[in-house]
Amino acid sequence: MTARIQMPKQATRGQVVEIRIAIQHPMETGFRRDDGGREIPKNVINKLICRYNGVEVFRAEMGSGVAANPYLDFFVVADASGELVFDWVDDNGMTGSERAPIVVTG
Amino acid sequence: MTPRILAGLFLAAWLGAMFPNAAAQQAVRPQPLKSGIEFAGAEVRALQQDDFANPGMLWVARGEKLWREPAGTESQSCASCHGDAKASMAGVATRYPLLDPGATRLVNLEGRIMQCREQRQHAAPLKYESEELLALTAYVRHQSRGMPVKVVIDGQSRSHFEAGRDLYYRRMGQMNLSCAQCHQQNWGKKLGPEIISQGHGNAYPIYRLEWQTVGSLHRRFRSCLSGVRAEMLPQGVPEYLDLELYLAWRSGELPIETPGVRR
Repeated sequence: MTARIQMPKQATRGQVVEIRIAIQHPMETGFRRDDGGREIPKNVINKLICRYNGVEVFRAEMGSGVAANPYLDFFVVADASGELVFDWVDDNGMTGSERAPIVVTG
Repeated sequence: MTPRILAGLFLAAWLGAMFPNAAAQQAVRPQPLKSGIEFAGAEVRALQQDDFANPGMLWVARGEKLWREPAGTESQSCASCHGDAKASMAGVATRYPLLDPGATRLVNLEGRIMQCREQRQHAAPLKYESEELLALTAYVRHQSRGMPVKVVIDGQSRSHFEAGRDLYYRRMGQMNLSCAQCHQQNWGKKLGPEIISQGHGNAYPIYRLEWQTVGSLHRRFRSCLSGVRAEMLPQGVPEYLDLELYLAWRSGELPIETPGVRR
């Protein structure tokens, strides 16, 4: 699973920073059938958690309504240098993880 | 003027009147040239312009990883020979599809990547339209973003160019429509809820919202052929390559947009 993260590498303490993450995933709804008429089982990224220096700061629980290759955008208050770790899991149990460092000054 | 020449002139005039298509079969570009993105709605345009929100960039990112990943018996990666793609691949995609010296069929960017992988890396072949090939193609073509396509259509390539042009004007399928009837003669008009585009290939591989994934130009050919109820040929066949060459010439000065986003 390829993922891309966009966020500032540096911030001042107390600054609100924008975090963007996009993950390559088919987000199969479970409502579709293949060419042979067989049901295609549902397979979506059902949970994504973002931890900032070990503390959970954001969690998303997704379902069939989210389009393929989900793109999430949220805000975090920068309070200490360290890293943000993103973990997610899909219905098939496939997990993905990405991390991004941030330097906080002031 | 002798009666014979007069008769000849009459015959030519009559043929021209009866078969206007024969005259229309000249290779012409639409005027003014408009990229497909100009026919898209505001949301789709915004999606393509934002290099982060553009889902096609995920394939570009995957391609960048694959570029450096060793493969095959020699454990060679693309980067082992070509180095940094940002320098070595800039402008490369503008020349495709092209004819190798002595070859009888064109090779497009996908074909070149497949060829490199099999003949140089000695790695397992990549299938057309596979995620890996789409990612690599998107990555390599992305290095030429903003540059216009410059393909060779003379010399040995001429026959391929003409074959592509003829295919462009050939009526096909139960609908009995040619590419030209929509994309050359009626672009800008409505087809159901859609505005018909000029049908350029400059943004491929594209992320199509309908597909929910990235697809090649040849996949788009298949969609169009299905639309006119014609026989869909598999990706990578010589007919598609000839058509791709014609389209590359036809897109003129339009810059490469890879990865494009379309509805």
